[in-house]
Amino acid sequence: MTARPSNEVLFGEGALIEGKGIGHAFEKNSVLSGVDISVSPGEIVTLIGPNGAGKTTLVRVLLGLLRPDSGEVVRRPGLVVGYLPQQLAIDPVLPMTVRRLLRLTNRPGPGEMTEALAETGAAHLIDRAVQDLSGGELQRVLLARALARRPDLLVLDEPIQGIDISGQTELYELIARIRSLRGCGVLMISHDLHIVMASTDRVVCINRYLCCSGHPETVSRHPEYMAMFAPHDARTLAVYTHDHDHSHDLAGHVVPIGNGEHASPGSPDHAHDNSSHEHDNEHPEDEDGHDASSGGGAHPGPGRAPTGGEAF
Amino acid sequence: MIFEDFIWRALLGGAGVASVSGPLGCFIVWRRMAYFGDSVAHSALLGVALGFFFGIDIRLGTLIACVSLALFLVLLQGQKRLSSDTILGILAHTALSVGLVTISFMESLRVDLIGYLLGDILSVTASDIGWIYGGGALALVWLALIWRSLLAVTVHEELARAEGIPVWAVRVSFMALIAFVIAIAMKIIGILLITSLLIIPAATARRFSRTPEQMAALAALFGGLAVLGGIMASLRWDTPSGPSVVVAAAALFAVSSMGGVVLGRAR
Repeated sequence: MTARPSNEVLFGEGALIEGKGIGHAFEKNSVLSGVDISVSPGEIVTLIGPNGAGKTTLVRVLLGLLRPDSGEVVRRPGLVVGYLPQQLAIDPVLPMTVRRLLRLTNRPGPGEMTEALAETGAAHLIDRAVQDLSGGELQRVLLARALARRPDLLVLDEPIQGIDISGQTELYELIARIRSLRGCGVLMISHDLHIVMASTDRVVCINRYLCCSGHPETVSRHPEYMAMFAPHDARTLAVYTHDHDHSHDLAGHVVPIGNGEHASPGSPDHAHDNSSHEHDNEHPEDEDGHDASSGGGAHPGPGRAPTGGEAF
Repeated sequence: MIFEDFIWRALLGGAGVASVSGPLGCFIVWRRMAYFGDSVAHSALLGVALGFFFGIDIRLGTLIACVSLALFLVLLQGQKRLSSDTILGILAHTALSVGLVTISFMESLRVDLIGYLLGDILSVTASDIGWIYGGGALALVWLALIWRSLLAVTVHEELARAEGIPVWAVRVSFMALIAFVIAIAMKIIGILLITSLLIIPAATARRFSRTPEQMAALAALFGGLAVLGGIMASLRWDTPSGPSVVVAAAALFAVSSMGGVVLGRAR
């Protein structure tokens, strides 16, 4: 996890996918105009914006599901896309195991399937019926399904939906880890910058048009971003950056961190805190008496800010 | 009991239809297209009338009518003004009525209307068997070819499209396949009852399946059992064959559901 590949150094080639001046209107109501976006290999690009900002529309245009009214989309020839749609609920009338779901749009071998599931921490779910999975388990399985395609580009539309706040950070860290391991590009939609911050390279903030884009720290202080999300977001951002007294395992259980250093609020080095997370996860012993099997919720340490969903 | 030729033909034809209608019916259940199947089946009578009118093979007339209606529905579903079940409702009964009116105009013609509506499995001829097996084999190969893509489209259409599956072609191909199978199976089970042979065995199979492929195989098996039971009952008690097959299929469904409830309680 300490190795965060720099795109320019490791991947000299051009963008995997690029949208230039994308505009789209539904029934003459413009939802997007003149938006530029690109994703390079090994890069995590997060698309943020308020509800109705056109985030999903932009992703649908990039995926070729929607024809843009203006602008153009350039894909690298032979690009393999792995897609996690916003809502994927499989009707109970359709019997489906995790194993079968992994073979939905391609034919991975048994080894590739186990590998992909292990990568997302879902190896034990392989023979389960998809309908019996929890929200978090389903997202992990769907992520593994996308990975089993060996994608050049992963596209995730609000991947944290239906997952409690503790699992959300965990999932974003997982996505960052996958990127480092596989070197694929990642494009994801989120509406809360503070949770994705640590695991994103570039943020593109849109509100029907391109507001601002760049490094997450830069965007979080950008006047347009502040006008859109502050003051609410400025506060929660501070809460979040303080909150490194424990982590969560894949099931959302609390896994305490020893005496790892904590980032100061808004610290530009924030992202590097991940390495201490990773290291300390291997030593679940805890002076506070939290044990890894206790409950699924968030357990704030004494004197720390609460991390429950209510805080957001 | 000594089986006469016509009974063998009935059993063979029924088994042939069940082996196709089971797997295909699973998709109709998964994609909630029962009403679509019904609408296409209702147009079959129009095909019968056209067959008589133009002096072509009735089975060919039915095939043309069913496939045309299915493709027409695909086109109509592209518009947004009316919901698709309204369109289906309009077309289903219009097609049936136009068929009935057309047949009544042809005064010289004596048509066994009940036979077409409810099926007449015991009058299945050797050429019908050839038609069913030839067409059925073609339908199975066709379904096998689109199976994986169709399943991906059924799970999530946009996901399938984003990952490179030609969604529109797969959907149109599937609708045409439904029309094709209905045209093949009409003789045995009847226009009004055909949807039930698609749906009931699939619904029965759901309880016992963990994967889509298992459900398809079991649906074919349950469909075959229903045809067998229905034909036997029809012979024994001199009941109409189509309804007898449906009653047998429904009985299988009821028994398996009740069995499931009892087992569920016991656990």
